[in-house]
Amino acid sequence: MNLPGLEVELAQERPIPLRAAFRCDPGRVLALVGPSGSGKTTVLRAIAGLYRPAHGRVLCRGATWLDTARGIAQSAQRRQVGFVFQNYALFPHLSAVANIVAAMTHVPEPQRAGRARSLLSRVHLDGLQDRRPAELSGGQQQRVAVARALARDPAVLLLDEPFAAVDRVTRRKLYLELAEMRRELQMPVVLVTHDLDEAAMLADDMCILHRGATLQMGAPFTVMTRPASVLVARLVDLKNIFDARVAAHSQETGLTMIDWEGVRLEVGSSEAPCPAPPFVAGSHVAWAIPADGVIVHRRDRPSRGEHENPLQGVIADFVSLGAQAELTIHVNGKAGMALHTTISTHVAARNRLAKGEPIGVSLLASAIHLMPPTTPEARGEEGVDDWARRRFGSTS
Amino acid sequence: MDWSAFALSLELAGWTALLLGPVGIVAGRALAWHRFRGQALVEALLALPLVLPPTVLGFYLLLAFGASSPFESWYRWLTGRPLVFTFSGLVVASLIVNLPFAIQPMQRAFEAISTDVRDAAACCGMPPWRIFTRVELPLAWPGIASALVLTFAHTLGEFGVVLMVGGNIPGETRTVALAIYDRVQAFDDHGAGVMSATLLGISLAAILLVYATTSRRVRRL
Repeated sequence: MNLPGLEVELAQERPIPLRAAFRCDPGRVLALVGPSGSGKTTVLRAIAGLYRPAHGRVLCRGATWLDTARGIAQSAQRRQVGFVFQNYALFPHLSAVANIVAAMTHVPEPQRAGRARSLLSRVHLDGLQDRRPAELSGGQQQRVAVARALARDPAVLLLDEPFAAVDRVTRRKLYLELAEMRRELQMPVVLVTHDLDEAAMLADDMCILHRGATLQMGAPFTVMTRPASVLVARLVDLKNIFDARVAAHSQETGLTMIDWEGVRLEVGSSEAPCPAPPFVAGSHVAWAIPADGVIVHRRDRPSRGEHENPLQGVIADFVSLGAQAELTIHVNGKAGMALHTTISTHVAARNRLAKGEPIGVSLLASAIHLMPPTTPEARGEEGVDDWARRRFGSTS
Repeated sequence: MDWSAFALSLELAGWTALLLGPVGIVAGRALAWHRFRGQALVEALLALPLVLPPTVLGFYLLLAFGASSPFESWYRWLTGRPLVFTFSGLVVASLIVNLPFAIQPMQRAFEAISTDVRDAAACCGMPPWRIFTRVELPLAWPGIASALVLTFAHTLGEFGVVLMVGGNIPGETRTVALAIYDRVQAFDDHGAGVMSATLLGISLAAILLVYATTSRRVRRL
């Protein structure tokens, strides 16, 4: 896999703020994740050549598609992009096979129909080639859109919320199909989604986007459990985010002790040592723990892990959501120390957990994650112009 | 039955629809997808013939086509013929009167094509002219056909502007609408009735044809 993949750098202040930089290697799936209005679709459109940012550089397979500093901006037609739109954007007046043939402008005419049919078969739509989009279900339309995108023999495949418009059962099926298909795909794949679970399931890398800015990129599990900032932690839906002060840090053991509202917590383990700088003793930090790092103690007998950051509290809220129940625990009875965790409903019933009941929990030291405190620079509020100037030399 | 008036009306309607077709497609497409300063004013001016009394419009056109007007001088220099009381003058007037009938339905038709569909065509590698012929035109076709038939039918029945600009010269500017008026003035109810019924039949057939073709097409989309 020696071919270079996709490299993207985009910057502008208005009308849509952008400060995005990421890369995606061939054969890998990168999920661009962010809330609605975070600029995900704009980034995708800029890669495809459907939107031209004020400053930017888009390189793919060594070809320069966009370089505003050098005045290069190739049209969408010349970029060799496979684009699956959110609502598929199939040509409503053409049959499924004609939709696919329409993307084969680079293929000799006699070969087009045969290749289109084999693509339809690849997306499990044999026999439906003559149907128009209106005669296909949502899932079938999505498959035609994927086949049309692949028909272009794209250098990069761009998927804009491709599962948003289908029901849950179909979505599940399409996830499996995409996971199966991606093993054969040799190009970088950029998947835009607002669904963290979808990104974690399908992507090799995850890039968090907020107000047009890329905040953190890495393996989905890493981004979701080790967010680089409090903002990222909030965007990946971590509910337990608090402020604390570093009490001590040991270079030998890799363990850090923090004081959280008068409670001493141990952070890190010998397997997952807590990074020393910049969290030196006495400094302020933010810390977070995923819900599954909060272990509820059994009432009938003690279990392993109870010695790990044991805390006592009161159940402030108990919401049963089918098989799972959401617990809000006020540590030491304080509303400002509200921990959230999830537990199986049957485990909750067995332990007679209910609102107002006392409860013991442990915080897994290895699951506690330390982050810079919430300062403006930690929130990524550097001016876009400064950032663009550093990246692109000059701004107009 | 004044066959020459009928032939003249059909010819006028044909030329108007034929010439306004491309104009409507270009203008309707531009107004649908591009935003520019003064767009509201342009759209208001284009819609003006819908609300202005035909005689008022005809009066201004008569002034614009008059012997001392720059437009008339330019036209005479170009063709060597005057505009007032000629068939060419009728065609020019008819084009102006029918601008909203041609442009507005086409504009609506192009507006109905989603940006994503056009972007998808570009991502498929289709050059702009191919996107136009393979995607935009087929999708906008029901609107374009409606606009053309509306223009054709409206021109067949136009009275006020035709009378003001063209007068009522047999074989040159007397359209079927004027001929019907003449017959009524001459107490020839039978002649007026035959011509009216024929005009009614042609108009109904044209509209039915458009409804049938566009609805079948829409069902297939």
